[in-house]
Amino acid sequence: MFIEIKKKLKLYNMKVGLFIPCYINQLYPQVGKATLELLEKLNVDVVYPSGQTCCGQPMANSGYENESVGACNNFVKNFNEFDYIVTPSGSCAYHVKKHFDVIPQTDEVTKVRNNVYELCDFILNVLKIKDVGARFPHKVGIHKSCHGLRGLRLGSCSEKVTPEYSYIGELLAEVSGVEIITLNREDECCGFGGTFAVVEEAISVKMGKDRVQDHLDNGAEVITATDTSCLMHLEGLITRHMQPLKVLHIAEILNSVN
Amino acid sequence: MNHSEAATIFNKNEKKVNWHDKALWFVRHKRDKSAHSVEGWEELRNLGQGIKAHTLSNLDNYLIQFEENALKNGVQVHWAQDGDEHNRIVHSILKEHNAKKVVKSKSMLTEECHLNPYLEADGIEIIDTDLGERIVQLAKETPSHIVLPAIHKTKEEVDELFQEHLGTKPCGGDPQYLTGEARKHLREKFVNADAAITGVNFAIADTGGFVVCTNEGNADMGAHLAPVHIACMGIEKIIPKQEHLGVFLRLLARSATGQHITTYSSHFKKPRKGTKMHIVIVDNGRTEQLSRPDFRASLQCIRCGACMNTCPIYRRSGGHSYDATIPGPIGSILSPGKDLTKHSSLPFASTLCGSCSDVCPVKIDIHTQLYKWRQIITKETKQPYVKVMSMKMMGDIFSKPTKFEKVGKVARWSLRNLPKGIINSKPNVWGKERDLPSGPVESFDEWYKNRK
Repeated sequence: MFIEIKKKLKLYNMKVGLFIPCYINQLYPQVGKATLELLEKLNVDVVYPSGQTCCGQPMANSGYENESVGACNNFVKNFNEFDYIVTPSGSCAYHVKKHFDVIPQTDEVTKVRNNVYELCDFILNVLKIKDVGARFPHKVGIHKSCHGLRGLRLGSCSEKVTPEYSYIGELLAEVSGVEIITLNREDECCGFGGTFAVVEEAISVKMGKDRVQDHLDNGAEVITATDTSCLMHLEGLITRHMQPLKVLHIAEILNSVN
Repeated sequence: MNHSEAATIFNKNEKKVNWHDKALWFVRHKRDKSAHSVEGWEELRNLGQGIKAHTLSNLDNYLIQFEENALKNGVQVHWAQDGDEHNRIVHSILKEHNAKKVVKSKSMLTEECHLNPYLEADGIEIIDTDLGERIVQLAKETPSHIVLPAIHKTKEEVDELFQEHLGTKPCGGDPQYLTGEARKHLREKFVNADAAITGVNFAIADTGGFVVCTNEGNADMGAHLAPVHIACMGIEKIIPKQEHLGVFLRLLARSATGQHITTYSSHFKKPRKGTKMHIVIVDNGRTEQLSRPDFRASLQCIRCGACMNTCPIYRRSGGHSYDATIPGPIGSILSPGKDLTKHSSLPFASTLCGSCSDVCPVKIDIHTQLYKWRQIITKETKQPYVKVMSMKMMGDIFSKPTKFEKVGKVARWSLRNLPKGIINSKPNVWGKERDLPSGPVESFDEWYKNRK
């Protein structure tokens, strides 16, 4: 009991900032809501700074790092006071960690880069919670978004010879009623890739179609991931081709009770 | 033609794309099984990377040591600054020996230097003896993969090609029959060759010897029959010691095809009695790449092709879409160093998924280098006006929170209210095959503010 209380007190003491990526803010607010509600359910005192926009990734990955400087500075301005910055995106967290050397490395910048966490990583490794008390009685396929997987190492990847683990998988496995399906290709890219989706339209679409088909072939009802960007791309194909699949961000499943 | 245009053409035949993707995924899967059966695989990769990085930092010394030892062994050593000089050297050696018929085992370096057309222009017959290379040579094409040069061809296509060039009978693409015929054809070339050219997989500084890896034994067949052996190597093929082979031979075959070792790992050291052995050491842009701190690690490459097999873009666009001697992820970080404008689309032919870096046996940070080439390309080559302006606009919007909210509001309204026909009309490339999400009434930001 004492440990429980101490743990909770510690949680209350830490300042946690919620980073909602630009496209989630505008196009998938339900993912942001689910993330916030989930963290609150887990007794995290979480603050959403409303002056935030974007991590700068769209410009930087397109080769225009210089144009991302304003976004980077705005990000640091909004988040430098937090002990933890939590975001429902492996890709954006990775960008802050890996590519923010485009701006001078002040203490604030270093702090922000060190403190940013992808949501599943935060729940599992900072809060040390595995079972978030969710219920989701469906067949779910996990799309292991690349930047989280191979950038942040949120799980083992099929290329490397390391012990197997997956943060998203560990959390999902505790959700009551869920059936995690096995895919033929466990961690192949979906083909989103930011502006790649437009610059290399043909390949991007083909990769997405193959990823969707792998889920259909293995009986998935839902594709989930740590990144809504991958899911937006896959959903775009699923909707256009009227396929019997749904996409849900992992936060939406973990926040689910029915 | 840039990569995207070539890839779009390749994707017109979805069946072939599926076949190409599956064929290469099969190789990648074999590699996984083979790598995962080695305890300490990651340690082996660390060693491979360490030895290569050390060698690159001491390249001058090791090359000189190699030359000294090779000379002691009775091998003649030549230095070529670029592809032209390489070709001239090879040509002059052949002329000196009055060699008219030449057999050549696989060498990406001689592809890079365009040796074949150079020699053919002087009436020299040069036959590629690796089966895959012979197939693309007959088809007057270039290799589409560095380990599997003819992976873009189906066995039925090879059947037709052999009928035309080797006079074989139609066989419905029977691999047994076709390889048997190729063997007969190549045996005749081996027996009559005046000289043999091979590549070099590893050149060992402290012995002056070198190793050529093949699965078909074609390097040996050539070098052991012909009176002259010319081995062509890039300066980065050096390793310091014989004992380092234990690291690289294990990494190479497993990464390339999933084999424990290549069928033939042939060690050459000195010429046989009455024969000549030459080594041509080539720079051709490598020292320039070595001078670029962000990109020098690309020279650690041992040409296993694993990054191609794993690359989801390569598998679905084919090697020829890269229009470069070395295609795929590793080619996309090597080629811009040679001709930035010609190869400016290659670093963008990636989602930066990072699979290439994790599969690489010598741990080249390929996807990080792709990102870095992008930053250089947008500065140093001409970019479409629309791209430059839209990046500027986005940069501006994302640095101003109020502007971001306003633009977001308009975008969401448009997605909600405009007819799909307009949203998905031509300028929106995304909409060609994908729907956009329907615009929500409230952004997260608005919802959060109203919540309290």
